[in-house]
Amino acid sequence: MNRLAIPKTYKLYIGGKFPRSESGRVYEVLSHTGDFLANAAKGSRKDARDAVVAARSALGGWAGATAYNRGQVLYRIAELLEGRRNQFIAEIVNCEGVNAAVASAQVDEAIDRWVWYAGWADKYVQVAGNANPVSGPFFNISVPEPTGVVAIIAPQGTESLLGLVSAIAPALVAGNTVVVVANERAPLSAISLGEVLATSDVPGGVVNIVTGSPAEIAPWLASHADVNALDLVGAGNLDWVELQISAADTLKRVLPPEAGADAATPALNRILAFTELKTVWHTKAIL
Amino acid sequence: MKFLDYAPAPESKALLGLKSDYGLFINGAFTAGRGTPFRTINPATEQQIAMIATANETDVDDAVSAARHAYDGVWSRLSGSDRGKYLFRIARLVQERARELAVAETLDNGKPIKETRDVDIPLVAAWFFYYAGWADKLDHAGVGPNPASLGVAAQVIPWNFPLMMLAWKIAPALAAGNTVVLKPAETTSLTALLFAEILQQADLPAGVVNIITGDGSTGATLVNHPGVNKVAFTGSTSVGRAIARSIAGTDKKLSLELGGKGANIVFDDAPIDQAVEGIVRGIFFNQGHVCCAGSRLLVQESIHDDVIDRLKRRMQTLRLGDPLDKNTDIGAINSAEQLARIRELSDLGEQEGAERWSADCEIPPNGFWFSPTIFTNVSTSHRIARDEIFGPVLSVLTFRTPAEAVAKANNTPYGLSAGIWSDKGSRILAVADKLRAGVVWANTFNQFDPSSPFGGYKESGYGREGGRHGLAAYLKPAVRSGSRSIAAANQQTPSVSKKSASAGKKSASAEKAAK
Amino acid sequence: MTNSPLATYQPDQRALALIGGEATDANLRRYLHGIPGIDAVGLEARAADLGTRSIKTSSKRWAIDTIIGLIDLTTLEGADTPGKVRSLVAKALVPDPGDPGTPRVAAVCVYGDMVGSAVTALGSAHAAGGTDGVNVAAVATAFPSGRASLAIKLTDVRDAVAAGADEIDMVIDRGAFLAGRFGQVYDEIVAVKEACRRADGSMAHLKVILETGELSTYDNVRRASWLAILAGGDFIKTSTGKVAPAATLPVTLSMLEVVRDWHRLTGVRIGVKPAGGIRTSKDAIKYLVTVAETVGEEWLSPRLFRFGASSLLNDVLLQRQKMTTGHYSGPDYVTID
Repeated sequence: MNRLAIPKTYKLYIGGKFPRSESGRVYEVLSHTGDFLANAAKGSRKDARDAVVAARSALGGWAGATAYNRGQVLYRIAELLEGRRNQFIAEIVNCEGVNAAVASAQVDEAIDRWVWYAGWADKYVQVAGNANPVSGPFFNISVPEPTGVVAIIAPQGTESLLGLVSAIAPALVAGNTVVVVANERAPLSAISLGEVLATSDVPGGVVNIVTGSPAEIAPWLASHADVNALDLVGAGNLDWVELQISAADTLKRVLPPEAGADAATPALNRILAFTELKTVWHTKAIL
Repeated sequence: MKFLDYAPAPESKALLGLKSDYGLFINGAFTAGRGTPFRTINPATEQQIAMIATANETDVDDAVSAARHAYDGVWSRLSGSDRGKYLFRIARLVQERARELAVAETLDNGKPIKETRDVDIPLVAAWFFYYAGWADKLDHAGVGPNPASLGVAAQVIPWNFPLMMLAWKIAPALAAGNTVVLKPAETTSLTALLFAEILQQADLPAGVVNIITGDGSTGATLVNHPGVNKVAFTGSTSVGRAIARSIAGTDKKLSLELGGKGANIVFDDAPIDQAVEGIVRGIFFNQGHVCCAGSRLLVQESIHDDVIDRLKRRMQTLRLGDPLDKNTDIGAINSAEQLARIRELSDLGEQEGAERWSADCEIPPNGFWFSPTIFTNVSTSHRIARDEIFGPVLSVLTFRTPAEAVAKANNTPYGLSAGIWSDKGSRILAVADKLRAGVVWANTFNQFDPSSPFGGYKESGYGREGGRHGLAAYLKPAVRSGSRSIAAANQQTPSVSKKSASAGKKSASAEKAAK
Repeated sequence: MTNSPLATYQPDQRALALIGGEATDANLRRYLHGIPGIDAVGLEARAADLGTRSIKTSSKRWAIDTIIGLIDLTTLEGADTPGKVRSLVAKALVPDPGDPGTPRVAAVCVYGDMVGSAVTALGSAHAAGGTDGVNVAAVATAFPSGRASLAIKLTDVRDAVAAGADEIDMVIDRGAFLAGRFGQVYDEIVAVKEACRRADGSMAHLKVILETGELSTYDNVRRASWLAILAGGDFIKTSTGKVAPAATLPVTLSMLEVVRDWHRLTGVRIGVKPAGGIRTSKDAIKYLVTVAETVGEEWLSPRLFRFGASSLLNDVLLQRQKMTTGHYSGPDYVTID
């Protein structure tokens, strides 16, 4: 005799909390065969706005945390994700229509990606920074720092969890906070990842996940003056040129859309894309 | 007599052999422009120096084609060490002709000869010398092994440091293996054209550097040209924004070095006399025509009156006048247009209730001049505390605590530079950490060096010039591995780090094929 | 900013008012360490910048004559004799026999036992503290090291004053200063100042040599400058000339800044004397520029500025001859003293 299952209500993840969309809207998430899976919150521009506020207010703490601490927090995500592998595999199988082995490989890779990026937290500054031998009595050092609030359109392709992780992890390494618009068709693992983040040591507001229509939300993020950078990695099917034009108004740092399964391939450059190099001079003399 | 009325000490113009007309420098030769030529004048006298050609669309096309041709045919095939040798040659030629270039720059720009002689031109040579050595060491530029050049770089530079900005643009571009089409600012084309003569003396292959002159529309045509792979612009934030919009959707790589409203923060334990010097250097260097100028003085309230008193005394010793005089501290404003803007914003400052004080300078009868000016009683909401004036005008604000200083300093859409004056090392480091600015000078200001990256946060632009980071702005990583398939993921999950390591080892030929 | 009451105070009252108590080590330390610090790089950059001023034609001619009039023509050798001092005095009075229009120097500077010879040699040209003629300055207080008991130092001073010295160039106790015994340094200066008093109640001018080369840091130079002025020195002087480095432009600039600040604070003008190492007119002109642009042109008078130098004079004379004749001169056309 079958026990009646208890379906999960999939909500947004903003400021460490799980609100419904302020608009009250939801949309149906279907399996690849068209069966109803869940009602996901259909985020609005105001949800995006709230997410930006949450991200901005979390920035100081996250950017100000020690690199060692950020590395451990990111590693902790991998630990928790490992513990909830089965849930993610099930969601991926349902949503993406792949078999369990494929789904499992995706989850493994997502976990490994957290580990890889976690290790960068206290190294990227060493690799990308520089002591500069200026010709004068000055101490001079260049150090990369987080850009600020990064809005991300998550990859909209087949690997919903891996795509999401590949996009947000590098932005987090340096200490940026993130507003991410999830994979529209397969948003369930994004919200479940939010649950992982909420129970890990990631401070509320550091990652904010909005589900819904990227086409609807992205323009608001691209034009939002308090967003410092825009990762259009998953915006290939949107009018992304218009988004870039809009982002130019406040001179946001923009990463272009990437197509295909290799979108957001792990790379140091993805970390550095959302950093600013600061050069500090100081006079140097014993007199 | 009064000793401080130093007798005139003009630098000689005798070593300058200027032509009456200058054409465009395309494919290694000077050629007449197809647009309407324009006058370049000495802003200190308003007298004409020479006629300068205007490049129209066809000329821009020619220049980009020449650069493309040189890229494909010569420059991208040259070894790094040979590219470096050309750059070393250029550095030496600049040193040899330094005085001539300094005089020409002062004539055309209006800045004092002591600055062109002691700052601008030496830095031009240093920039070429620095990047020359990089040309055969690109593997160490920080973009991975075997980095690739981008192709043709379109570079548009401002009028405040004409030849220095040219060096900042051309040196790293060539070292990285790109070819260049550069457009100097309309009012300061002269030294770029003298530089073209230096390129001829250096025997640089034709088309590797092309210099086209004209107004903003020439620049717009250039950056929007489809044959361009890289756009580097230094100038106003509004134009930078327009460029960012116009190249949206293309794969042109973009560097922008834009405006600023730098905060110069003076704490109550500052080395006070050096701080006053730093304030002066921060805002009156180059008539304040400096994107990274310390145009907002944030002074701790407890020492405000003392600092302002010292500053005013110091400002009375600034000598405004003939830019060619070796004792001139404050030269001419570069153009009538810029002077009008400075006046407009300064008048606005007064209307908004700030207190204006100007050093007592005798203003020459001709030319464009503005006395060094400070505004006290400025509040953060005043336009003069927010807008870039780009002139010798300082807005003075106060703060009570380090936290307030940081908050006020960061309260701007810009983020290019900042200064900190304090004798307390730990505070300097902490404040430097919290300032959202690309360059922070502690107990100094307006220092530049080719090895030191320079560039902005926020609306001050992106990308860096100087150092290996400035080199990386003209490079891209060797092409990364192709597709990553689920099937591949199925084969016993390779670790991401291995994957990324192998990505870097893909050959450059794959890169070329991908283009 | 001038605080007028301070201007009318006697030095000891003024010091008391500023320090806020007796001149103890602790009080002085608190006061001197409350003075803003110096960033060496910025100070040197400013001095270098002032050094790039280009002084030409009429300004240069004025500068050359002014430099001559500011020189303390100096001989401080163990081998000094009355004959050597007579020769020095002759040179001081008539620097360039070929051009009687050449100004006289401000003073001759000799060891205490040579004061009598100098006074005799000057005869009616002895300015005796006035502006007409040449003054006699004597180094004292166990110059150059200052390593003697206070009693010896004071006797040294009194002897020189009694012999007719118009100006006393004393050295501070650098050992005491570096050890933080600011009160001792202060008290010594006060005592020496008192020893400058003549029988008629008038005072010989007191120049306080800091020996900046031994103080080593600009912050020390600045504190020692304040200390010397607080204690009543009329002049602060960089060096004995016996320690390298002697006068440098940045050190002199930092002392001029103190003098400027003291004037802002009290309305009182203190003199500055860089000594040692200034050998060319080109260098000396840099000092004139630095004085004029830091404290004001008013300071370019023997009352407020001196060069302690010996070989400088001849280089200035060569320059002067060049400006007069239009062609370069040579060392055989100026006299050795």
